[in-house]
Amino acid sequence: MAIELKMPALSPTMEEGTLARWLKVEGDTIEPGDIIAEIETDKATMEFEAIDDGVLSKILVAEGTENVAVGTVIAHMEGEGAEEGPTPAPTPAPAAAPASKPTPMPTASAPAPVVRANDPAIPEGTSFTPTTVREALRDGMAEEMRADPRVFVMGEEVAEYEGAYKVTQGLLDEFGPKRVIDTPITEYGFAGIGSGAAMGGLRPIVEFMTFNFAMQAIDHVINSAAKTNYMSGGQMRCPIVFRGPNGAASRVGAQHSQNYGPWYASVPGLIVIAPFDASDAKGLMKAAIRSEDPVVFLENELVYGRTFDVPDLDDHILPIGKARIMREGKDATIVSYSIGVGLALEAAETLAAEGIDAEVIDLRTLRPLDKEAVLKSLAKTNRLVIAEEGWPTCSIASEITSICMEEGFDDLDAPVTRVCNEDVPLPYADNLEKLALIDAPRIVEAVKKVCYV
Amino acid sequence: MAKKPAAKPASRAKKAAKPALSAPSDDTDFILHSLQEEFEKKKRFAASDEQMLEFYKQMLLIRRFEEKAGQLYGLGLIGGFCHLYIGQEAVAIGLQSALDGDRDSVITGYRDHGHMLAYGIDPKVIMAELTGREAGISKGKGGSMHMFSTEHKFYGGHGIVGAQVALGGGLALAHQYNEDGGLCLAYFGDGAANQGQVYETFNMAALWNLPIVFVVEDNQYAMGTASSRSSAETRFHRRGTAFRIPGMEVNGMDVLEVRAAAEVAFKHVREGKGPVLMECNTYRYRGHSMSDPAKYRTREEVQEQREQHDPIERLKKALMEGGHDEADLKTIDKDIRKVVTEAADFSESSPEPNPNELYTDVLVGEY
Repeated sequence: MAIELKMPALSPTMEEGTLARWLKVEGDTIEPGDIIAEIETDKATMEFEAIDDGVLSKILVAEGTENVAVGTVIAHMEGEGAEEGPTPAPTPAPAAAPASKPTPMPTASAPAPVVRANDPAIPEGTSFTPTTVREALRDGMAEEMRADPRVFVMGEEVAEYEGAYKVTQGLLDEFGPKRVIDTPITEYGFAGIGSGAAMGGLRPIVEFMTFNFAMQAIDHVINSAAKTNYMSGGQMRCPIVFRGPNGAASRVGAQHSQNYGPWYASVPGLIVIAPFDASDAKGLMKAAIRSEDPVVFLENELVYGRTFDVPDLDDHILPIGKARIMREGKDATIVSYSIGVGLALEAAETLAAEGIDAEVIDLRTLRPLDKEAVLKSLAKTNRLVIAEEGWPTCSIASEITSICMEEGFDDLDAPVTRVCNEDVPLPYADNLEKLALIDAPRIVEAVKKVCYV
Repeated sequence: MAKKPAAKPASRAKKAAKPALSAPSDDTDFILHSLQEEFEKKKRFAASDEQMLEFYKQMLLIRRFEEKAGQLYGLGLIGGFCHLYIGQEAVAIGLQSALDGDRDSVITGYRDHGHMLAYGIDPKVIMAELTGREAGISKGKGGSMHMFSTEHKFYGGHGIVGAQVALGGGLALAHQYNEDGGLCLAYFGDGAANQGQVYETFNMAALWNLPIVFVVEDNQYAMGTASSRSSAETRFHRRGTAFRIPGMEVNGMDVLEVRAAAEVAFKHVREGKGPVLMECNTYRYRGHSMSDPAKYRTREEVQEQREQHDPIERLKKALMEGGHDEADLKTIDKDIRKVVTEAADFSESSPEPNPNELYTDVLVGEY
């Protein structure tokens, strides 16, 4: 009986990969520990190791094949010896989930209703390049590094490893070790060194491998970076960008899954940016680096690999502090940011099929918050739901609710409603994690509720 | 002894911008006491008469300024926290007199009045900051603990114990990055010496060969806790050993000794040999802050320090031995008292900040 070798999941968020190279040919004898193939993900090239012995009988997916879904049978192996037990799982064992886990890419399929009232007009005839959010962030940094020699990147694994999530891919090659600095695992220390370098006239980009680890460094983000300009009466600035993935990833447990947007957004003296798509990621990263103020730039691991059109402009820079209408609608407003925007757009599609025309607003910047955009939309639709991948208590959703109460009360035809994560530390189990996190159906339900249908 | 640090040529400074050309761990002959030996060779700075007089004036200005600040605090003109530098004057003057003002930077904690005065910054704007007035150097928005003068490359004035050490590491990184030949002088106390980020910074400073002198102003008490009750190793200059940072132990009550130590440390750093950890043993006569009754030590202990080790009296004696008479020195004191009184008057009569200032300087940009 043949053993099926399946495309392995090599990271918590991997859904597909490229079968870069077979290191064995049909007929080869294989022993446990042999490297059978090389698998390329958007983050790295990994080796696929055998855990059984036998003979490679049939290769089903040729080398060079892209977008091979996790779980796809890529080869057959004839087991040697007597034991021909159940199908073994490749290392590291992926979830036995079906290969076709759909990745929603709402903006890609939407009929381009994207309105960018606040953004500089994109000249007619501009071409667009499909770009992942990961690449867009890197491109934004690289362009600013080319333009300004004061800009440098520091953080754990940013240089030789090219980023734990490959956001700094290629930067070391282009800019060298002086400007792309690997730090030890020492968040408090390098956040302080980064802040001090900014005070001393440089333009640091400090990468936190994830914002969960930035809690060790939050003192410098808040006490050193955010307050210096004020405390010095405008004499001493701290133009720094703290960036990295924020929010839940995929089954990495409570300590690695938290949205710090509301934490940082509560601090005067900070700019807090949390983009969704690749175009905004690039345009706002460039703006963040050029800002004279300290910026917390919250990315999302689950969005890194998504592809969106980015305009081919020499200097695609976007305004900080301005929301973006992602989808125009007249019946209800869904306000969101970061990964929640994708869910909101998905919900809007579902609602449209049911005759409810929802407007989707991406806040993009959490501080300063574009409350005019929120209130303007509320005045139009009279109903508002906030979708936030984060806890409900003292959240951005709470803040938007408060703004609507204080300044939009007369426009409200229904209570402002929050759709947030459950108020619990994020669990590990697949089913519990799904229960804890926001999703499109919950947003749909909330919008229907405020529409009284 | 093929790679003894002292044998490295000065040209290494140029290479310093590229970290990890040779890792610190490659140096198998690291000697903690290499600089102490150098320092012991000539422990006191051979100051000219003019220099001694200048040190005397500067230390006395700090002393009289701080005494006045204490009075103003008692009158309710200064609020919040106010940490006086009385007793520690020789540290700031000895070190900062050896700096290259055009390129070197300084950063410290919240006991920062003395370090600012050491730059010759107008006492008026410092005192006006203490009283929270518009004319204060931070427009009255920083207060005693948060004063800065970027013009002098003085970067504050930081209230979180130990944070200035990591920030100082960043200033040193900027010196190295810009290849400007400058160094950063980062002060912290024996209390801050137990903060984790200090060691995170030591590690990176040594790893990257940053131009920084770490100075522990050991005034023997972390607020109310004697260093022996808080620190397993109270000889703080040893604490760089784990990071291959050479240590120096200096009598911080003798300005000429501090200055001599500064010369050795700065030379080492400027030659591109990486950071130095200097322990200056000193003593504060007043409480940790104005609200501290200092019941954790005896009056006799304070008295002994004042009578036997006072840095200003020590220098005064040396000046008199060098031919200055008491009357001359009295005149200097009188002039300084006048300057301080004027600063106090200015700080009292200056207006409070305009209410509009509440909303300025939160962000630099408009969004």
